[in-house]
Formats: sequence, structure tokens, C-alpha cells
Amino acid sequence: MTLLNIGLIGVLGLLGVGFYGLLTSRNLIKVIIALQILAKAAVLALLVAGNASGQIGLGQSVAITVIVADTIVAVIGMALAIQVRRQMHTLDVVELARLRG
Amino acid sequence: MIDLLLILVTLVFAVQAFRAARLLSAALWLAGVSVLLAIFFFRLGAPQVAVIELSVGAGLVTVLFVFAISVAGDEPVALRSLLPWPLAAALALGAAALLGWLTLPLVGVEGALAERPLAELLWQQRGLDMLGQVVIIFCGVLGMLGLLAEAKAPLRQPVAAEVAARRERELEEMQQKALP
Repeated sequence: MTLLNIGLIGVLGLLGVGFYGLLTSRNLIKVIIALQILAKAAVLALLVAGNASGQIGLGQSVAITVIVADTIVAVIGMALAIQVRRQMHTLDVVELARLRG
Repeated sequence: MIDLLLILVTLVFAVQAFRAARLLSAALWLAGVSVLLAIFFFRLGAPQVAVIELSVGAGLVTVLFVFAISVAGDEPVALRSLLPWPLAAALALGAAALLGWLTLPLVGVEGALAERPLAELLWQQRGLDMLGQVVIIFCGVLGMLGLLAEAKAPLRQPVAAEVAARRERELEEMQQKALP
């Protein structure tokens, strides 16, 4: 098995695990962790594609952009989680959906 | 062989991040995923991204997670999910299998274009991306400050009057201490 196919298996596995976590977790911070794993799968996919097409530099430059955007998403998500916890005293996503009005 | 082992251990770490009972251990498993992926990036021939992933993914994001968990509280996450787990697993597996069916096996193309140095690529060809990143970082900082800012209690008097009143109070206290 070549390095590229192993990398692609890693992408698929991380994608599956991330989707599963996103569907099943109810804690807001766990949702952010699931998003992080999905973004890592995207970065790995970009680098595998760059390696496969012989342009690893281009893959790297796009991957850096994805890492920066993903870190900012995590930062904003965690600030949101802290504020939600302060105001509503819960991190449970289902409980938050009930608090209408 | 060692690459396959690396990827399999990475997947085990990712699964453990969701199976962990405490949020803190979940964050640490995520850092482990980041470290192993950085090693794999290095083997793919992308050392710059490997370093960034190691410092940002395993360092900065983990510190942020630990900070957020320490502020928001590490309540045990034994909540049952709304979706039954076989359905969720089938959906996730289906998505991954569909993508795998479309992409596997991957055959590399050797030397499609002449490779340019990363710095030149980053600052000239993708210069607009770098500008976008700066804007994103700025927006992120502003958003975090806005979200985490504490609302101050409004002053009852103008500032000067408030300061004068406080000084009066302090003077009174000192006099009471001096003359028991």
C-alpha cells in the first residue's frame, strides 16, 4: 500500500469519526472537538492531494490557511461555550434548544 | 508499514477523544491526534505544515481547551445522545465509504508542474489568502473580546463625583481608625 493510499484511509477514518462525534455528542465543547477532528481530516486531505499531484507546496500553502481559520473557529466556539455556560448554566446542546423565548 | 501503524493509532486516539468521560482527557486525546498527524505530515513531505500543526494544533488549541474547560467546568459527560448510536455510526460510515468509493485507490502524478519554493508560493501566488488570514485573525480576536467582555455596572454619579465620594469614605474610615 502506498503512502498516498494510507493517507487517504486516514482522511476517511478521521472524517467518519468526526461525523460520528458531531452526530452523537451533546456537550458544546465536545462538538468543538468534533469540528477540530473534521478540520484535521481536511488538512490531511489537502496535503495528500498536494503530494499526489506533485505540488506539495501549493497543498501546504492552502493547508496553512485552513489551520488558521480552524483555530479561529475553535477560539470563537470556546468563548461562546464559556459565555453560554455563564448565562444558562449548562453546556448540553439539547437543553439549550429548549430555552426559547 | 510504519505509516499505516501511525494512521491507525491516530484513529484510535480520535475515537478515544469521544469515548473519554472527562472533557479534559478528551482535549488531551485531541492533542495526541495532532502530534501523530504532524509526524505523518512530515512523512508526506510537508515539514512546514507539520511544524504549524504541532505548535498550533497540539500547543495553542490544547491550552485554549484547558482554559475553556477550567472556566466552563468539567462536568462528566454521560449524556445520552438523541440519535441512537447505530444510526449515527451507519451515517458516518456511509459518508466515509462513499468518499472512499469515489477516491480510492489514489494514483500519484509525478512532477505535473515545476515546484516553486513555499515562501514564494505563499507570499506571491496566494498573497490574497494571507490577507484573508490576517482579517480572520483580527475578526477572531474582536469576536472573542466581545464575547468574553464583562458588562460593567453603570456608575451612579459622574466619574469625578464618584472618585470624590470614595475619597471621602476612605478619609472617614482612616479617621475612625485613628480615633477609637
